[in-house]
Amino acid sequence: MTTPADGFRRGAFGVSGSGDTSGFGGLVRVEPGGAVALHSTERPYGGWFDEVTDALIDAVGEATYAAAVQRVLVDRGEITYFVVREHLLTLVQALRDDEALRFELLSSLSGVDYLDSGGPAVAPGRPRLHVVYHLTSMTYRRRIRLEVAVTAEDPHVPSVTRVYPTADWHERETWDMFGVVFDGHPALTRVLMPDDWEGHPQRKDYPLGGVPVEYKGATVPPPDERRSYR
Amino acid sequence: MTTLDDPYAAGSRETTEGRVYTVTGGDWDQTFGADPHEDERLVVNMGPQHPSTHGVLRLVLDLEGETVTKARVVIGYLHTGIEKTTEYRTWTQGTTLVTRMDYLAPLYNETAYCLAVEKLLGIEAPPRAQTIRVLVMEINRIASHLVGLATGGMELGALTAMTNGFRERELALDLLEEITGLRMNHAYVRPGGVAQDLPEGAVEHIREFLAVMPERVAGFHRLLTGQPIWQRRLKDVGYLDVTGCVALGVTGPVLRAAGLPWDLRKVEPYLGYQTYDFEVPTTDTCDAWGRYLVRMAEINESLKLIGQALDRLEPGPVMVEDKKIAWPAQLSLGADGLGQSMEHVRHIMGQSMEALIHHFKLVTEGFRVPAGQVYVPIESPRGELGYHVVSDGGTRPFRVHVRDPSFTNLQATAAMSEGGMIADVIAAIASIDPVMGGVDR
Repeated sequence: MTTPADGFRRGAFGVSGSGDTSGFGGLVRVEPGGAVALHSTERPYGGWFDEVTDALIDAVGEATYAAAVQRVLVDRGEITYFVVREHLLTLVQALRDDEALRFELLSSLSGVDYLDSGGPAVAPGRPRLHVVYHLTSMTYRRRIRLEVAVTAEDPHVPSVTRVYPTADWHERETWDMFGVVFDGHPALTRVLMPDDWEGHPQRKDYPLGGVPVEYKGATVPPPDERRSYR
Repeated sequence: MTTLDDPYAAGSRETTEGRVYTVTGGDWDQTFGADPHEDERLVVNMGPQHPSTHGVLRLVLDLEGETVTKARVVIGYLHTGIEKTTEYRTWTQGTTLVTRMDYLAPLYNETAYCLAVEKLLGIEAPPRAQTIRVLVMEINRIASHLVGLATGGMELGALTAMTNGFRERELALDLLEEITGLRMNHAYVRPGGVAQDLPEGAVEHIREFLAVMPERVAGFHRLLTGQPIWQRRLKDVGYLDVTGCVALGVTGPVLRAAGLPWDLRKVEPYLGYQTYDFEVPTTDTCDAWGRYLVRMAEINESLKLIGQALDRLEPGPVMVEDKKIAWPAQLSLGADGLGQSMEHVRHIMGQSMEALIHHFKLVTEGFRVPAGQVYVPIESPRGELGYHVVSDGGTRPFRVHVRDPSFTNLQATAAMSEGGMIADVIAAIASIDPVMGGVDR
């Protein structure tokens, strides 16, 4: 939020940031990589996580697995594989088709922009855009998460629509909202925003409120530009 | 063809692709009668403001005669940016936002969101709150299925199905209004529990509802199930088998009507659903008829669940004890909805400054949630409703993504309708029962 030069205060109490005045609000743990934190879990992961990981290694081969999966995080009873985009299609194909894995259903595919997540200042080239895949095995009743991180300068991820046709609209939405380009998608167009919209609204550097709204000749400015209480 | 004195006459223009008509009304035969265009491709735009598209949904249909050769679905007309807005509000306020997504299943949005926040916090709501959540969700499921039936019936021309469906839904909404203060968009389920305990008399009113509903459901069977027109409009329409459903990510009654008993209340139980006695209705017809039967049977199962939830209601708190998460006072429920508890206002304004500060901080700034991400799926009336919630350790969500079943299921429109008649497109979409508020978010 910019400081107004004309002396007018903004917001109900003239605060910026979180509005916290206790001092305790500053106790944000700064972790490298931000909220995702470059933590990783060492084996054994516990439960069926090891079984799935072993089956995945068997299916794609140890060398491919080592090259494809950067790290694994087990947190709150959920397992996340951080995958490099070059090997994404190999992995999801094996995850869907291998008899010991059988992740038939792509439950959800979406993006997260880790721009200002308490990490170091954003440097160009930091992979801030994450594409998150939630896979469900209906056979074994298991869920895993894959995450692919790309930079805003080179936001290309291979499309998984040929493995999971349901990814069609999800990838369009992720393109629409985050500007991630899914290579190989049959028709990567906007799905929720109008076709001629500029920008990708759910990126963290896209302001809330965005555009002025016109109503019968009178214009209504976006929330962050409105006059506020003094 | 066009005549000069007809103000509704269609204009037409020759283009390189052929003749293009602009039809604004009038008689179809007068426009096209003289032109033998029957065997040519006709692109018809349907919606977004159309009474039969189940909301602000736009269809672009390629027709040959009355046969649909290509069906494209255009969405986004109800996009309100709720996911983005949650990033600018506290964790508790998030409930008020997400409840507006799938507005026919608001309590499912709230519960799934709160379960995700609770999983991030590592807390669990008290048993009474969990039972109340099950209770209100199942009442909500009945209301939602009745709207699906009512609007679906209306779109097929069965207007009595609509009036009766909405009439029965009022019974369910009256209950929800009595419990939560509002008919829709309740903001009743909160992180840590629910906003308000059941008011006096609610249990008796729910029991009256349980007594009257089986007869009303039987009434729908008498009105529709045996009726030849209803059967012929639904049977073999909108065919999608299990393989198609899983490939397209379709869950809920559509998947169960294809024969797979996939219900998250059974396969991945939450809120103690594993301790309730209920069935997962399925059919193997894979068509709109089967989906109708599945929804009708699910209403009966929900009635069973509501009865069991009432039986196990034990006195106790409906919010976690942690004063850093639970708001300092329960709201009071008046005739005009939820309001302040005057006893609490007297306490903070007249007796304790610390209590006032605590209240102010907790309500305006909110509580912090440890960094991390979770995905919590529950079984909404339309299928798997999943909340992917990310926290960076702050007082506001870092990202909330909703895997809405309507959004995912609507992708099956083309697979269900292409090759069929244009009238069956309506039946197919009605059998998916999408809610555009959830699709567009």
